[in-house]
Amino acid sequence: MIEFQSVTKRYDDGTVAVDELDLTIDDGKITVLVGPSGCGKTTSLRMINRMVEASSGTILVDGADIRSQRPAALRRGIGYVIQNAGLFPHRTVLDNIATVPILLGTKKAAARRRAEELLDTVGLPRELAKRYPAQLSGGQQQRVGVARALAADPPVLLMDEPFSAVDPVVRDDLQEELLRLQSELGKTIVFVTHDIDEAIKLGDKVAVLRVGGKLAQYDTPATLLAKPVDDFVAGFVGRDRGYRALGFLSAHGVEVAPLSTLTLGEPAPVVTGWTVVVDERRRPLGWLSAKSTVEGEIRSADLVAGGSLYVADSTAAGSLRAALDSALSSPSGTGIAVDAEGAVVGGVTADSVLKVLDAARRSGEVPS
Amino acid sequence: MNWIIDHLPQLLSVSGEHLQLALVPVAVGLLLSLPLAWVANRWPVARAILVPVSALLYTIPSLALFVMMPLLLGTKVLDPINVQAALTIYTVALLVRAIADALAAVPESVIQAASAMGYRAVGRFFAVELPLAVPVLIAGVRVAAVSNISLVAVGQIIGVGGLGFFLLQGFQSSPPNYQEIVGGIVLIVVLALVVDGLLALAGRALAPWNRKAVSR
Amino acid sequence: MSIFDQISAWLSDPDHWKTTLGIAGIPQRLAEHVQYTVLAVVIAAVIAIPLGAYIGHTGRGGTLVVGIVNSFRALPELGLLILLVLVMGLALALEAVTIALVLLAIPVLLAGTYAGVRNVDRAAVDAARGMGMSEWQVLVKVELPNALPLIFGALRSATLQVIATATIAAVVSLGGFGRYVIDGNSQREFDQMAAGAVLIAALAIVAELLLAGVQWLVVSPGLRKNSRGRARVR
Repeated sequence: MIEFQSVTKRYDDGTVAVDELDLTIDDGKITVLVGPSGCGKTTSLRMINRMVEASSGTILVDGADIRSQRPAALRRGIGYVIQNAGLFPHRTVLDNIATVPILLGTKKAAARRRAEELLDTVGLPRELAKRYPAQLSGGQQQRVGVARALAADPPVLLMDEPFSAVDPVVRDDLQEELLRLQSELGKTIVFVTHDIDEAIKLGDKVAVLRVGGKLAQYDTPATLLAKPVDDFVAGFVGRDRGYRALGFLSAHGVEVAPLSTLTLGEPAPVVTGWTVVVDERRRPLGWLSAKSTVEGEIRSADLVAGGSLYVADSTAAGSLRAALDSALSSPSGTGIAVDAEGAVVGGVTADSVLKVLDAARRSGEVPS
Repeated sequence: MNWIIDHLPQLLSVSGEHLQLALVPVAVGLLLSLPLAWVANRWPVARAILVPVSALLYTIPSLALFVMMPLLLGTKVLDPINVQAALTIYTVALLVRAIADALAAVPESVIQAASAMGYRAVGRFFAVELPLAVPVLIAGVRVAAVSNISLVAVGQIIGVGGLGFFLLQGFQSSPPNYQEIVGGIVLIVVLALVVDGLLALAGRALAPWNRKAVSR
Repeated sequence: MSIFDQISAWLSDPDHWKTTLGIAGIPQRLAEHVQYTVLAVVIAAVIAIPLGAYIGHTGRGGTLVVGIVNSFRALPELGLLILLVLVMGLALALEAVTIALVLLAIPVLLAGTYAGVRNVDRAAVDAARGMGMSEWQVLVKVELPNALPLIFGALRSATLQVIATATIAAVVSLGGFGRYVIDGNSQREFDQMAAGAVLIAALAIVAELLLAGVQWLVVSPGLRKNSRGRARVR
């Protein structure tokens, strides 16, 4: 657990970067600090490993004041990932990853073996081990940065805008990868970003800071979307937040109605309404329009493209957002629900989603 | 101080001669390096030849290069043209590489935008690429001018040295004339600093976009 | 006989390769020239590289370095040499010349080391600190290895400048290859002058190639590409 107790950072020129911050960061969770530039989020993060010294207040890591240790020793026990990765250009990928274990006294050969395993952990091929940072793509460099921070197996990981310098597609991959890693490793991660969508996607809890270093709100992403405390947070969280909040509600209970299907290659019957066309394993291929006038076999050319799919597995139902989107994006107004194998199990409508939302609101499941 | 005042007219005329020995090579060198840099930037083969050859020529110590000039040019040993030719070689060696790098550093988007607006290769060079290279060009010219002014004095060893004359004469007189030597050194440094300052001002005037933002 | 034939005749004359009756041959002149150069460059490096690394690491005094370097560039080498020898006396000519050479080499090495350390990717330095390196480890394990290309660049230009200025040392009656140019000039023997010039140029080029080779061996391959354009003090 990391605790900020009325921590203030005031620079020599008088600017206050962080103002009386009180914050408790839970073990084994991802806590995101988010806010506009100048809100002190990076300063707050860097105070945890004493890259910046607090002017007043106390920071405790697992109950111990961080000032009880020398900065270098403290930092070796805390993973640190920054924007652009900050890899050492003169060292190979492997030696970059092995840095902290070697600083801690691990033998070089052992540290390198561990570094090789970490390449697998962060999803990089081992062939990259002997390369230099300049020979990697931005996304690969960032993965090496994460591996390097994990090398000494620190319980705490500090990540300062680690994904903001890569393009959106790669950023998405890296975010998914981080969530996958976290589900295996269960580190205490403090993550700084200026991107509210990234904060909501990654955070178990999100701290929104306002300019001048004041904490505006500290809540779960769902609460943040449903119940911003003031106009600043509401404005920062952005538009469509009602819709985005549905992403945090389970679609368990949404009625999946039976759906009539046709198989590709079958002779077309007289069409009575929108019909889903599937392959021989019942995976959806598209829709046959209500006005279609197909005679003989159904061919791909006769189909209208479908919308997004809603995965309604019996064990893990998707979110209300996924269910609603499948209905809204479908040409027929009915979203296609599929199982884990991708086979059609039925259809969902916007009405049925809203009904569940209504029920959840009445039972108090939705923060209000 | 007395020595300087006593010899003022002579000092002024020798200073003029010194500047001419040092700066004519800068001007000629600049005129030669522009087309060479353009060629080096345009054809990789030309660059692969010009850059190492420049580096090699820049390696040769000044006194050796002064002495070698008569071999290459067929001039007389004491001809001032030897010193000027050698200093021109240094200037070209310095500038070709710098300007070629500056031209290569012009963003591709700027070049494409210029082409899209209808510039042809030659027009684009003078209207866009060359002006953007001006800050680097001025920096190179300043280095060349300052080191040339200092190097002219070395030419005195083979009899052509502008203000270097006073250094050697002061050294060889008996007893040595300190005023003459220090006077010569000070004049050379002053000339170098004045020329450097003027070139810096010229650079500001020629590339106003490169000035640092003035804080209000 | 063309001048090129004269030079090759002078250079291949066996008399010019041995030291007899106090007349120094080419090997001795080479040894003198190399001795002046190595001594001066080593002293300058011992002073300037640690100082430049310190200034680059702390960032304090950077403007001062740039100022010193620019003002030294304007100083005529010949004048500095003559003045130091006169002040210290001809008996201490070698020491005086060495001091002059060291003074000329220091600004170049100082600026190169300073720029090299200062130009190391700030993110890498921040990461090094954040991973728990001490200030000393940050300097030795991250900043200096990454500054090596620029430090070597400075070492090469300092060496060339010292070789060139050591040539002029013959004016104050020291040895080295410069002797051939000075003596040839006073004795009106152009073949000797020209041969001396060829020897000086050859020495400079060989020194440059040697250092470039050492640089290639010492600098991390990770820094070889795109090393261009990340330098410069200003």
